[in-house]
Amino acid sequence: MVPAGTVAHVDAEPEEAQRLATEARDRVRFEEDALALSDQVYRVARHLANSREDADELMQETYARAFRSWRSFQPGTNMRAWLLRILTNLNIDRGRRQQRAPQMQPLEANDYFLYDRLAENGDGITDEDRVVERLSQDDIVTALSAVPHDFRDVVVLVDLGDFSYADAAQILDIPVGTVMSRLHRGRRILKRELAESALEEAT
Amino acid sequence: MKDPCAHCEEMMQPYLDHVLTDEEMAAAEAHLAECEPCRRRYRFEESLRVYVRKAATEQMPAELRQKLAALRIPLE
Repeated sequence: MVPAGTVAHVDAEPEEAQRLATEARDRVRFEEDALALSDQVYRVARHLANSREDADELMQETYARAFRSWRSFQPGTNMRAWLLRILTNLNIDRGRRQQRAPQMQPLEANDYFLYDRLAENGDGITDEDRVVERLSQDDIVTALSAVPHDFRDVVVLVDLGDFSYADAAQILDIPVGTVMSRLHRGRRILKRELAESALEEAT
Repeated sequence: MKDPCAHCEEMMQPYLDHVLTDEEMAAAEAHLAECEPCRRRYRFEESLRVYVRKAATEQMPAELRQKLAALRIPLE
C-alpha cells in the first residue's frame, strides 16, 4: 500500500515515484519497529545513564539520530543492538560517563562474597531467596550506579538487557574477551556494593 | 580448609551464563550434586540475578514515549 503522504510525487517519473513510495513505506516501518523497541531500550538506557534525566535525553538523542540515519540499518539484523550502539556512542560523546576517581575504584571481593556476608549476618539462613530479599530495590539501583561505567555498561547490557557476549562486544566496540572480564569484575563490584549497603542497614 | 571450592567458584559465572563446554558443565554439575555450600551459593547467585533485573527495571515514562514518537520524520 502506498502511504497517503507520497501522493505529492505523482508528477515524478513512474519509476521514481515507485522508488519513493517504497522508500517511504520502508522508513515508516523502520520507525514503527524502532518505537516498538523503546521500552526495552529504555530499560537498559536508564542504567547506562547516570540519572533518569540523562536517560530521558539520551533516548531522545538516540531516536532522533536513528530516524535520521535509518538507511544505515540493515534489515534483518538486531535493531535493538543497533539502537543501543547509537545510544552508548552518544553517552560516551557527551561525556556523561563520569568515571570515579582512581582511589575510589572499589576493591573486588570474590564471587561468593555477598552471599557469605549476608548469610553470616542472617541467623543461619536456609533459603537463598530470603537472603536476596534482604536487599531493597533502592539498594540495587544505588549499587548499580556505583559500578564504574566500563564495567556497568557490560553488566547492564548482559544482565538487564539480555544481550549475548557477542552482541555486547559489538555494541561497545570491544573484544568479546574484554566483555567477559569486565562482566566478571562488574558483577563482583556490584555484589561488593550490595554487601556494603546491606551490612550498613543491618548495623 | 575454609573454602575447598575455589574451582567451583570460578565456574559459577560461565555456568550461569550457559557458556561452559559440555565437559565443564558435567564437572560443575558433579561437584554441585555433592557440595551443598556451593549449591546454595549458585542458587543465591541465580536468584540475585533475577532480583537485580526486577529491581532495576523501570517503566519508560509515558511522556518520553510521546516525545520519541514526535521525533518521527514526517512524510513529505
